[in-house]
Amino acid sequence: MTRARQTRAGLIEAVRSSIERIERGSCPRQDRAAIAFGHAALDEHLPGGGLALGMLHEVAGAGPDTEHGAAAALFAAGVLARGTGTVLWVLARHDLFAPALAGAGLHPDRVLYAEAGRPAAVLLVMEEGLRHPGLAGVVGELDGRLSLTASRRLQLAAEATGSLALVLRRRRTHDDPALSEPSAAATRWRVAALPSPPPLPHAPDTPGGGRARWRLDLVRCRGAEPRTWTVEACDAQGRLGVAADLGDGQAAPAWSRHAVAG
Amino acid sequence: MPLLDSPLVTATHDGRRCVIASADRAARTLGLRPGLPLAHAQAMLPDLAVVEADPDGDAAALARLAAWCLRYAPLTSADPPDGVWIDVTGCAHLHGGEQALLEDVVARLEDKGVAARAAIADTPGAAHAVARYGGIAVSVVPLSGQADALALLPIAALRLEAEMVTGLHRLGLDRVGQLVSAPRAPLARRFGVCLLRRLDQALGQVAEAIVPVLPPETITRRLAFVEPLLTAEAFAAVFGRLTEAVCTALERAGQGARQLDLLFERVDDTVQSVQVGTARPSRDARHLGRLLDEQIETVDPGLGVEAMRLVVSLAEPLVYAQDGASSLTGSPAAGAATAGLAPLVDRLVNRLGAERVYRAAPVESDVPERSVRRVPALSPALAVSWPTSLPRPVRLFSPPQEVVAIAVLPDRPPVRFTWRGMQHRVQRSDGPERVFGEWWKRDGERRAVRDYWAVEDETGCRYWLFRRGDGADPATGNLSWFLHGLF
Repeated sequence: MTRARQTRAGLIEAVRSSIERIERGSCPRQDRAAIAFGHAALDEHLPGGGLALGMLHEVAGAGPDTEHGAAAALFAAGVLARGTGTVLWVLARHDLFAPALAGAGLHPDRVLYAEAGRPAAVLLVMEEGLRHPGLAGVVGELDGRLSLTASRRLQLAAEATGSLALVLRRRRTHDDPALSEPSAAATRWRVAALPSPPPLPHAPDTPGGGRARWRLDLVRCRGAEPRTWTVEACDAQGRLGVAADLGDGQAAPAWSRHAVAG
Repeated sequence: MPLLDSPLVTATHDGRRCVIASADRAARTLGLRPGLPLAHAQAMLPDLAVVEADPDGDAAALARLAAWCLRYAPLTSADPPDGVWIDVTGCAHLHGGEQALLEDVVARLEDKGVAARAAIADTPGAAHAVARYGGIAVSVVPLSGQADALALLPIAALRLEAEMVTGLHRLGLDRVGQLVSAPRAPLARRFGVCLLRRLDQALGQVAEAIVPVLPPETITRRLAFVEPLLTAEAFAAVFGRLTEAVCTALERAGQGARQLDLLFERVDDTVQSVQVGTARPSRDARHLGRLLDEQIETVDPGLGVEAMRLVVSLAEPLVYAQDGASSLTGSPAAGAATAGLAPLVDRLVNRLGAERVYRAAPVESDVPERSVRRVPALSPALAVSWPTSLPRPVRLFSPPQEVVAIAVLPDRPPVRFTWRGMQHRVQRSDGPERVFGEWWKRDGERRAVRDYWAVEDETGCRYWLFRRGDGADPATGNLSWFLHGLF
């Protein structure tokens, strides 16, 4: 009698876990590990409290930076810098400058580069990396389309090992419509450079740069609304900062409205 | 230990008495010949140095010498009692031509204390004859010139038995040229086909194969099939078995494979091959099988493959490392992180090429494009990084892109610049950061100076510009502006 109940309980448990396994692909679980941004507004908004591990995320630049994705690359480096373990960075062109990644907190010993070249090869190498257990994350610079099938493959590979998959989308044309095609990615980010706040009255003609500011658009997210933040770029530990002149970090800053008006 | 120039002979027993097996140069000038009874020789020279002959040791040494000759060509063979074949087809240019190759062989052997004569010819028979009877240390027989080269050599040069040579002498045939012009049928009747076969082999009318030596410790496995195979699935099943067999052999030898060649022997007598390498020695059959599997699509099976051979072309000692011991002390082994990456690196390297999988390491140079070097993906961690005090762009253009900029000399930031037809007004700037040329690297950099500025335009995008020259001294640069990177 007791034994029968025990086996039944075990059976139900097994069925439950297998259902969970099936479901895991389509809807992100809340308790899945994530890398927190350390930026309260972002972390509260994202399901799981940060960028979920074992998921595919898309990052792209905006405007003139769509081609080079410089800010997007720094954003990705900052996220990975806050994790631990080796990162595979799949390159399409020879233009990534490693010292900048180190400047965002990603130590050179942690980064393994693979020059794949063609977009199809980038996707293949990314998948190869994601299927390898023990990598903290895989970043792929993709100058091409990311089809639903390709993104699904990456997503499944990332799920299997729990490493973070980041696709850095690069396009030659500004804000290419191909960037907004549907994909299986859990989140899609757009990182755009913002002008620095207006100089103080006693500043010289061309004041110094200071920390860069980004407009961070969460264009799509499974389980959360799209949203926009204004943040300060990654520091040497890869942390995003709260823009100094903004209260809650979401409204467009006042000075840029002036600039538009003027 | 006898002196170098005192006569030395080796002695053997021919059944009835002790005879000289071989004699060195000093002994031969004194009239000692192989076959002379040792007692006679010792009567002539009471202080003659005699060593017991060791035919097995000689054969083994010759085989080692043949393996050593693999440095010149992939196909070599020992030719007992005193020769080595090297098939230099297609290899001579690697050593500076045929003459240079032979000179190199003879010189290197002389360094080792081996007196050698060498010859290159179209056929093994001709090379054999010219090397032994040609009279000069190094000779190259021109293309299809073996008939002329052999004409004046004695009959014995044709690798004939001693009785046959005396028989031919009795007929008055002393030189190969005479033999060539003699009628063939009576010769064949009297001496058998062996004589004419040797002659034809030397002249290139009959092919002669050299049985090659393989490097001694090569591990190889071959599977032949009853029916020719065509499909990738069938190949996968076969090399799965081959890799397992090879890995067992590697384990027995305490080695791991660094490079594997999978050869497909097709029914049309051609061979297709696939090569994979590993970053660390490995004998994991699954890992090696997967590496091969990725390459299999490059193979053209043609009409079918009748045998497959897996050769471990490069192996290194591999001992089992004990892991887990360090976890007791709480500190993970330093190499553990990179060791786990080895299978991934192997797959990437075989897919992309070794030079395209790497890690970056800092170089102490102020010139930005020289501050990064590539290190192999599995090299030990360096624990050094670039200084983070100065911002560096995340995209670096190579070469820097020329822009048109307007700036006040000598040390003001640019007011605006035009890149790719777009004008950018500079709102903010940091700089200048002055980088001096590295005169110890190139003469042209003796006085060169670059002034770098990190500028922000009206859209907030940040650019890394530099100006050639310090703005005052024209010798330091021509004041042209370049965009070197993007933040």
